[in-house]
Amino acid sequence: MIRLEKRPQPSRVWRLATPLLAVLATMIAGGLLFAVLGKNPVEAIRTIFWDPLFGEFAFYYRPQLLVKGAPLVLIAIGLSLGFRAGIWNIGAEGQYIIGALTGAGVGLAFYPLDAWFVFPLMVIAGALGGWAWAMIPAVLKVRFGTNEILVSLMLVYVAEQLLASMSLGLLRNPEGMGFPGSRNLNDYAAGSSWINQNAGLHWGVAAALIAVIFAYVLLNRHMLGYHIRLTGEAPRAARFAGVRPARLILFCLGTSGALAGLAGLFEVSGPSGQVSIDFNVGYGFTAIIVAFLGRLHPVGILLAGALMALTYIGGEIAQGNLGLPAAAIQVFQGMLLFFLLAFDLLTDYRVRVTRSEVA
Amino acid sequence: MDLSAINPVLLIASLMVAATPLLLAAIGELVAERSGVLNLGVEGMMITGAVTGFAIAVETGSPLLGFVGAAAGGAALSFLFVILTQFALANQVASGLALTLFGLGLSALAGQRYVGIKPPPTPDLDIPILSDLPVVGPILFGHDPVLYFGIFLVAGVWALLKFTRAGLILRAVGENHDAAHALGYKVVRIRALAILFGGACAGLGGAYISLVRVPQWTEGMTAGVGWIALALVVFASWKPWRVLLGAYLFGGITVLQLNLQAAGVAIPVEYLAMSPYLITILVLVILSADKSRAPASLGRIFHASQ
Repeated sequence: MIRLEKRPQPSRVWRLATPLLAVLATMIAGGLLFAVLGKNPVEAIRTIFWDPLFGEFAFYYRPQLLVKGAPLVLIAIGLSLGFRAGIWNIGAEGQYIIGALTGAGVGLAFYPLDAWFVFPLMVIAGALGGWAWAMIPAVLKVRFGTNEILVSLMLVYVAEQLLASMSLGLLRNPEGMGFPGSRNLNDYAAGSSWINQNAGLHWGVAAALIAVIFAYVLLNRHMLGYHIRLTGEAPRAARFAGVRPARLILFCLGTSGALAGLAGLFEVSGPSGQVSIDFNVGYGFTAIIVAFLGRLHPVGILLAGALMALTYIGGEIAQGNLGLPAAAIQVFQGMLLFFLLAFDLLTDYRVRVTRSEVA
Repeated sequence: MDLSAINPVLLIASLMVAATPLLLAAIGELVAERSGVLNLGVEGMMITGAVTGFAIAVETGSPLLGFVGAAAGGAALSFLFVILTQFALANQVASGLALTLFGLGLSALAGQRYVGIKPPPTPDLDIPILSDLPVVGPILFGHDPVLYFGIFLVAGVWALLKFTRAGLILRAVGENHDAAHALGYKVVRIRALAILFGGACAGLGGAYISLVRVPQWTEGMTAGVGWIALALVVFASWKPWRVLLGAYLFGGITVLQLNLQAAGVAIPVEYLAMSPYLITILVLVILSADKSRAPASLGRIFHASQ
């Protein structure tokens, strides 16, 4: 008989081992999935995990790793703060869209002015946009006790409609011959987030690294970070220790919103270039997987973001070379979260095999 | 703008059709939540049901088999949730999100071959005389069987929770799993059944969208209906009849905004399209003042050792 025994302390070894185990299990299960789809599983896995890094065209794909990884890490860092305290912002996708809209809006308003202050203003506007969008569920939760999960998610759909409206209306390129979508910010040097396009380096990459350091210091060296961890691990103790939940909710949701907004702004002014109807590609949702895979730890998130970026790029290569459907990689990412959550059992519990007792 | 183009009888009849996916998904989730499980994977289970139902209906030519398959598909996905939350004791919020992300991907993968195909039509009930009555006919007697099944299901769940021993046990598990366990009830087994029921209902709801409401398959076609269903359970204060009321209310809003779009109201299409989501938020705000109705063990992990 298999029995579960709660560990007095979560196992440190398993905390680090479960993500690796989950990745391994996902590779196996994913391989099976690819085999069912009629692809050579070994080749598919190699294409996804090996080719972008060490394959023939790696020089082209490696910079892509930064481009895809930066928004994931940036958003996931913000989400992890809330997740640690049991505050569930799952509407990062919406905050990402709004950040891109407000940021690009400011940039386009200054077009074609060539001044140093345009881009910093865009960054501020992007962060504020995401922050404001996340403040809606935050304020509603603090003021009325409304469920932040549902509100933040509903706002994703609202944001998508706003995006459609903006790219067809207010922000549409006046010289675009009636096509939907804004001017391309890549043609507007003062409003571009690229530092070095060939190296895949844009300000979002820098911001992601800063966010990792910021979150690390906050969680380990700051009272507020201590309160966040305390609320997540022992809510009752947190209340006795004088943690004010309202402040925590506003801070966690606000920060994650601002970071998601920044990710959107850096994306729209760099890799994507323009506001268009299909601008968002689900980074806000994938970042949830990144946050969990990284154990809600800043450094872990950095690694998890890189891995997830790898699956994005590898998935694209496999799409081109092997004809693997784009949705297969989405399934692959979903599987990863499944396995991670399942294996997490080993962190908190000890599995004991005992003989069934005879009374 | 021409508001007279909106026919009130057709409006009510189509409102019932628009409300049915919500109704089915929400009543399933209500049962799961009354047993103390918060399954945020409704959207994922719905879209899985939508694609399995569609595929089976197209392959076999029978919408009925399609709906049965959709229920099985939704339940199969929810079984993953059972494994995660009941056996692996994982966090329910995270597991629900995983279910949704996985379901969206899986359905997109499975549905590729079915884009642009028309499913076999689900026949409407055609009762002589009754269905031909003016006004009452199209509203009460002119729908497909699944719509009536949804209403029947609400009545069934209501009776089960209120009058039967099984319902009492389900509620006991949801209110206090430790006490229920001490009384000798199999908490994990009861919750697993409730989750599977929720999955089957969500699958049915999804198939209703792909087979009746739209009817065709497009990627991500549930477009947040699963999340609105979750909100609906809160709106209904975990009471079955209020789910029916809420579903018809939301169905009404959806249909009305579509009608307003068609009638060419001066409000841009995008702003009309976001109205159901905004109204959901509004309703959540109004109702969240009263949390006392929520099952006391909702979302808590049960492990017999504690």
